[in-house]
Amino acid sequence: MERQEALKLYRQMLLIRRFEEHAAQLYVEGQIGGFLHLYIGQEAVAVGAMSLLRDDDYLLSSYRDHGYALARGMDPGPLMAELCGRSTGVSRGKGGSMHFYDVPRGFFGGDGIVGGHLPIAAGVGYAIRLRATDQVCLCFFGDGAVNEGAFHEALNVSALWSLPVVFVIENNRYGMGTSLDRASSVKDLYQRGSAYGVPHTEVNGMDILAVRQVLADAIALARKDKRPTLVEAETYRYRGHSMSDPGKYRTREEVEEMMKLDPIQHFAGHMTDVQHVGQPELEAIDKEVQGIVEQAAAVALKSPWPEAESMFEDVYVRSPFIHAAAAEKDPAWRAAIREDRVVGSAASEER
Amino acid sequence: MAVLTMRDALNQALREELARDASVFILGEEVGAYQGAYKVTQGLLAEFGEWRVRDTPIAEEAIAGIAVGAAFVGMRPIAEMMTFNFSMLALDQMVNHAAKYRYMSGGQVRCPMVLRGPSGAAAQVAAQHSQAFEAWYAHVPGLVVVMPATPKDAKGLLKSAIRDDNPVVFMENEVLYNVKGEVPSDEYLIPIGLADVKRPGKDVTLVGWSRSLHFALDAARQLEAEGVDAEVVDVRTLRPLDEDLIFASVRKTNRCVIVEEGWRVAGFGAEIADRIQRECFDDLDAPVLRVTAADVPMPYAKNLEKAYLPQPEKVVAAAKKVLYR
Repeated sequence: MERQEALKLYRQMLLIRRFEEHAAQLYVEGQIGGFLHLYIGQEAVAVGAMSLLRDDDYLLSSYRDHGYALARGMDPGPLMAELCGRSTGVSRGKGGSMHFYDVPRGFFGGDGIVGGHLPIAAGVGYAIRLRATDQVCLCFFGDGAVNEGAFHEALNVSALWSLPVVFVIENNRYGMGTSLDRASSVKDLYQRGSAYGVPHTEVNGMDILAVRQVLADAIALARKDKRPTLVEAETYRYRGHSMSDPGKYRTREEVEEMMKLDPIQHFAGHMTDVQHVGQPELEAIDKEVQGIVEQAAAVALKSPWPEAESMFEDVYVRSPFIHAAAAEKDPAWRAAIREDRVVGSAASEER
Repeated sequence: MAVLTMRDALNQALREELARDASVFILGEEVGAYQGAYKVTQGLLAEFGEWRVRDTPIAEEAIAGIAVGAAFVGMRPIAEMMTFNFSMLALDQMVNHAAKYRYMSGGQVRCPMVLRGPSGAAAQVAAQHSQAFEAWYAHVPGLVVVMPATPKDAKGLLKSAIRDDNPVVFMENEVLYNVKGEVPSDEYLIPIGLADVKRPGKDVTLVGWSRSLHFALDAARQLEAEGVDAEVVDVRTLRPLDEDLIFASVRKTNRCVIVEEGWRVAGFGAEIADRIQRECFDDLDAPVLRVTAADVPMPYAKNLEKAYLPQPEKVVAAAKKVLYR
């Protein structure tokens, strides 16, 4: 790997880590509400996989979505503002932690229904085939999603019609508080691909280099041969399912044992030993991303709350096929009809 | 003008939109090689090929979800539910995804898709295959709900639904597929959200949509023989609802009966009745009455099925009641 590329990946993982640590602090302070699902411990999966995507590729994720957004290059400022429920948030304060999107970058979210975005990813893959381009779609989800019917329906049609979708199970061993052992009859989740003739493989999700190696093959298979792959990345989340989870279903020893495999520490070893990056340079990166995160939080907390009227915006798209006089009676339609903001929806059409 | 069945009118709409716009495609169970479980998609596979007329496995969540995903990236998918009874398996995709992503993304995402197929009772297919779920879909902000009753409306509204950038739930009716009517030969669209007076009258307003509109029209013919001049309003679109046209009719007749194929409790007629009592209170000479399906699962036996539905005779009785006759 090129030194510059390695530095970029290291910086991204660290940015995600520091961003989420700061978000956890803001949550404790009451500045962030609702659910806050932290990705800490899993950074190598998002950063490694997405470092292989082209700008015109697509990705969808579950609600533990901060890492994908940052790895896709989204500005931490509007993300932090979204967590704080401000009008400057990436979703205008209507989505929160679980609902980050960046349509111009091909990132279709942040889905809060376990497994719900898997058929949607298949639909993105179907659109790619219809248009006969060589784009791919990456779809990230947790081990909890593999027991949903949507997982099976999506895998079946992806193999049946040869859709260029890479399905990535991030097996962090727990679906909320239920361990994999108590939820899945098959323990090696990647084996489930065999039921549908989907190529399948496992990878150490704590090792970004391994993740890149396996995902490079899967993405190439999708891009060139239009075939899906099911990848199981074995990883671990250090924090609870969400901030409100005390984590009593696992031992402190287990968590500490897994933290020894930390993906950022592991990659730091590669940086010093193989890339010959000095410790001071790594520390400078840490300081830089800390500054970015602190600045993002400071700006977010000074940003305005959403205007009351904005509640009715973004429900419908203004449309010449809707009878305006009738729709005017409904506040959500009225907002759509009077829509003059330029939002990312135009990009949706172009992509 | 040509006289077409609703089935053929819908088929024309699909064919014309597939030909007009390369981003339109159809997917669903038996839509291709079988020519459609109800033959609405007849001939389309041969004309447009398997990538644009896609036979799917029996997997309703995948059918709807694929449509949602393709719509997000700029396609205009039409997902067919063999019947809306099975759309309960696709409900998560419609309610939690199609209807929500635009909002949750602060306006970044759009979902220009159509979920269509027959809804309501057919003939003796019992409880799991005879349901009218329009109130479920109309309950959800973010969705558009269209229910045509005539071939002309079906074609013009389906073409609008396909071109519209919002997720549209387009509910047809198996019993109406063979109903014939005049359909313009030239290209036309009917705007979504526009109700229509299907029979002008002055004594009582009968409100219906899809098959219940025909129960109302039959009732109006029976009432005419008894000297009552009923006005029949076809809602055509449940969300957004053209309430002004309903109010105008009620202000003229001062009496209203709402006819629906769904169940009474939390049915869509309750929403219409609520709006009428708020906006037309001083114009009403009688309470607004609703004629609905019986509040039980649909029975199989022929006589029980007939008794379950909001038959024209029940509409006539309700109309007489609000007329105090």
